[in-house]
Amino acid sequence: MTDQIIAVTVLGDDRPGIVADVTGALAGLHGNLEDSTMTLLRGHFAMVLLIRTGAGAESVESALHPLSADGSLVINARVLGDSALSQIGGPSYALRVHGADRPGIVAAMTGVVARHGANIVDLGTRLGDGLYVLMAELQLPSEESLAGLDADLRGAAGELGVEVHLSPIDDDLL
Amino acid sequence: MPELPAGTVRRVVRAPDLVLSTRGNDVDPTESATIELAADLLATQAVSPGCVGLAAQQVGVAARVFSIDVSGHAKTRTCHGAVVLCNAEAVSATAKERGREGCMSVPDFTGDVARGRRLVVRGQLPLTGEWVEITTDGFEAVALQHEIDHTDGLLFLDRVSGPHGIHPRRTYL
Repeated sequence: MTDQIIAVTVLGDDRPGIVADVTGALAGLHGNLEDSTMTLLRGHFAMVLLIRTGAGAESVESALHPLSADGSLVINARVLGDSALSQIGGPSYALRVHGADRPGIVAAMTGVVARHGANIVDLGTRLGDGLYVLMAELQLPSEESLAGLDADLRGAAGELGVEVHLSPIDDDLL
Repeated sequence: MPELPAGTVRRVVRAPDLVLSTRGNDVDPTESATIELAADLLATQAVSPGCVGLAAQQVGVAARVFSIDVSGHAKTRTCHGAVVLCNAEAVSATAKERGREGCMSVPDFTGDVARGRRLVVRGQLPLTGEWVEITTDGFEAVALQHEIDHTDGLLFLDRVSGPHGIHPRRTYL
C-alpha cells in the first residue's frame, strides 16, 4: 500500500507513559511520525499525531487497540489528504483575551477573526477560577486588514466585558 | 575591525549536520587559516539575503569564529557594522525578552527564544588578535548571542521556550 498520512487522536485519563506507549505501538508499523502535539486539557490527556505509513488506518487502530481496551483512552485513526498549506500570506499577530468567564467568548472573538479573513494557526484556552484566558496566533490577509480587525475585536471584547490585545509577531532571521 | 583579505563564498550547511552541534575549538586569530575563515564568513554573509550573522559551524568548521553585520536592519539600534570575533563569549546579558528567530541553517522553522536585549561581549579580532569588548543592545545583541551559541554548538532549537515554541517558517529570504 502507498504511504499515506494518518492522523491519530488520543484522548483520556492522564498517566505517565501514554506518549511512550502510543509511539511504541506505532513504531512496529515502520511508519514515520511527523508533526504532533499534546497537552493536558483540565487534566485530560489530549494528543494528535500524524504518521506516514503504508499500513492503513485499520492497522494503525489495531496496533493501538491494547491501549484503549480498558476504556481509559479513546483512540481514533483516519487518513488525511495531502496537506493544504495556508494561503494566507500576511503578517502574524498574537491575540490575547482574558476576562470573567461567560458563554460565547471564543465564538465571538474567533468569529471576528474569521470575518476579517484571518487564519488561526495556533490556539489555546484555559479556564481558571472564574477567569477565562484565550491565546491565539493569527495570520492576517494583509497589514491593511489590521486596523479593522483590531477595532472589531475591541468592539466585541467591550460587549463581552473582556480584555483584548493584538500584537505583532516578527521573525528575526539571523 | 582590521581590514581582511577578500574572502571566498562557502557553502552554508543545514541541520541536522553534526558540525552545527559541535562546540568550536579556540582559534589563534593571527593564524592564516583563521584570517581566511574570517574573510570567508564575511563574504558568505554578504551574498546571503537577509543574513545578519554567520558562524564557522555554518560553513562546516567547528571553530569559535563568527561574523555579524546588522547594518540597515529595520530593528537595529546600536550597530557596530561588519565585525568578526574569535573566541567570543558573553560577559553579561540582561533585559531578557522573548522573540521569534530563524536561522539560515534551520530553514524550515522559527523558534521562540528569550535573549538579553542588553549585552556585553568579549572577543578577539582576527588578524591582530586584539581583545575587544562590545556593549550593545536590541537586535545586534540578539544576533550576537545567536552567533556565540553557534560557536558553542548550540542552535536556537536548543533554547526554544517550550513545546509550542517551534513554528513552520513562513518566509525564507
